[in-house]
Amino acid sequence: MVSLAGVDGTVWQALAKPHRLVLTPWPARALGYLVSGAILGFALLVALVVSVVLGIVTLVAGIGIVLLLGVAFSGVLVGRVERRRLSMMCVAEPADPHVTVTEPGLRAWMRVRRRESATWRELGYLLLMAGPLAVLDLLVPGVLLSAAISMLIAPFVVEVLHDQVDLGGYSLDTSAEAWPAAVAGIVVLLVVVALITAYAGARASLARLLLGASEEETNRVLAVTRDSRARLVRAFDAERSRIERELHDGVQQQLVGLAATIGLARHEAGDAGSARLDQAADQVRDALASLRETVHELDPPVLRERGLPGALERVARRSSVEVTVDAALPGRLEPAVERSVYFAVCELLGNAEKHSGAAHVDIRLRILADVLRVEVRDDGNGGATSADGGTGLLGIADRLAVHDGTLDVTSPDGGPTTATIEVSTQ
Amino acid sequence: MRLLLAEDSTFTRVGLTEILTSAGHEVSSVEDGPALFESISGLRAGTESYDLVVTDVRMPPTHTDEGLRAALLLQQLPQPVPVLVVSAHIEVGYATELLSTAPGGVGYLLKDRVVDVAEFLAAVDRVASGGVVVDPDVMRELIGARAVTRVLDRLTPRERDVLALMAEGRTNAGIAAELVVSTAAVEKHIGNVFLKLDLPQDGDAHRRVAAVLTYLQAL
Repeated sequence: MVSLAGVDGTVWQALAKPHRLVLTPWPARALGYLVSGAILGFALLVALVVSVVLGIVTLVAGIGIVLLLGVAFSGVLVGRVERRRLSMMCVAEPADPHVTVTEPGLRAWMRVRRRESATWRELGYLLLMAGPLAVLDLLVPGVLLSAAISMLIAPFVVEVLHDQVDLGGYSLDTSAEAWPAAVAGIVVLLVVVALITAYAGARASLARLLLGASEEETNRVLAVTRDSRARLVRAFDAERSRIERELHDGVQQQLVGLAATIGLARHEAGDAGSARLDQAADQVRDALASLRETVHELDPPVLRERGLPGALERVARRSSVEVTVDAALPGRLEPAVERSVYFAVCELLGNAEKHSGAAHVDIRLRILADVLRVEVRDDGNGGATSADGGTGLLGIADRLAVHDGTLDVTSPDGGPTTATIEVSTQ
Repeated sequence: MRLLLAEDSTFTRVGLTEILTSAGHEVSSVEDGPALFESISGLRAGTESYDLVVTDVRMPPTHTDEGLRAALLLQQLPQPVPVLVVSAHIEVGYATELLSTAPGGVGYLLKDRVVDVAEFLAAVDRVASGGVVVDPDVMRELIGARAVTRVLDRLTPRERDVLALMAEGRTNAGIAAELVVSTAAVEKHIGNVFLKLDLPQDGDAHRRVAAVLTYLQAL
């Protein structure tokens, strides 16, 4: 788990140097964490008792079941608060162990949460916190501190108030006892502070253990995220294809119809055809050409037909800088991978053209041990990560991550820039 | 001529039909892949007969390559039927496949070409009479390909121009007009192309197609 503490380190690091502990903010943090925990714990105890009693009493009326269900799931809320409260001990908030509920409605939420072990761990934690932990959170600092303070103020009590100090069945009532006790009290205070801090640290560790996500839960949450990201990319691809089809079937064909009409008009006008008609012909041709380019970018037919090498050759030919493509691939890859790599290389090439001032770009594709490795190297000025705010590069990395692919860019100031894409072909 | 037009979009079908009928051609049309394949069966059985088939590439039901598959099928008939493929896209792979399997009477044009009716009709005639027509824009995609230079770097730039125009199905006179040189000069260039590509000497027409195919397959 990552620590938020920064310069302070963790509570355990602070405890490793006990002689300096009182000079650090840790005793105050520990005390704050424990006292607030005790207050929360007792408040929960009251709420719990009231809810359960009321719930049982009104069970016949039907309201009770709502209250009791509320109690059963209240651990989820307490868990969230307690994870947040760990920041008081400079412990990074643990990952939420619950999966996101996608279906709407309380019923669906309960159905999902009911099956999660985290829900019941949190309820267990709630019961601990409203009982034994609340007592300990109060008693540990209370008893230890009062003992140390009693020793410290013993001379005052004996000399000024002419009273005695009771210390675990042993009473101090003379100056000869009081003064050494006060001196010893300084040492005891240091030890007590360390003990309280250690208890708070242990208490925070327990909370993290019970309320944080287990490895399995983390993996499950990750898998859900990965799936949804893959779905998102597929949806984007489907949407692009749909737009491409729509343009192809719609406006593109209408323009062809228009071109035919203009063509016929020119034909019928014969040699006397007007300059306006020729202009219209040029315009419709330009419109068709630029529409073709747009449609091409949406869903490159050359990629579908000839795969990455062919598609990248075409991109290279149309680039404003000199591009060499060295693509020795044994066969076609999965279409989704081809698309992602294609768009990634296009983006990288676009960056090289726009930002790097490069005159030459080398694109190299190789497959080694089921990994496609694509290198895009330019001879420009470097500094690529900051050149466009990094959003383009981030987009590429996100897209590749769907196929467990990676993007690595080295771009020192002064260049050259080398971007390496690695994607599994399995 | 009797033509069969396969095109799913109404706009394009109406436009092409008007252009083709304006030249006195008799045009029947089908609107999807299955209907086109049915007509091909008719051609095979001898119940239908056309001088040329003009077909779109993407048509229902799959909207992928129906027209191209039909074109290949037409070329494989016992008596091949000339076919002109018209597409909204530059599909270099399809064009190459079509031109390298079909020895003649075949063409690939962008739909944009209808804007010049005379040129379009000339292309139709060229394909119907066994010639090869490739859209200049498609050609440009092919010529630009790096691989071409590897195989065809024996040719001078002028010889390559001549070969590219041959691949578009131009006659010697047409090439001469385009390059603004004499027909004799074109013939000399073509002779050099044949020589440099090591083409067998069995008939000029055949060598011409072979040169174009060498050119296309070099990609």
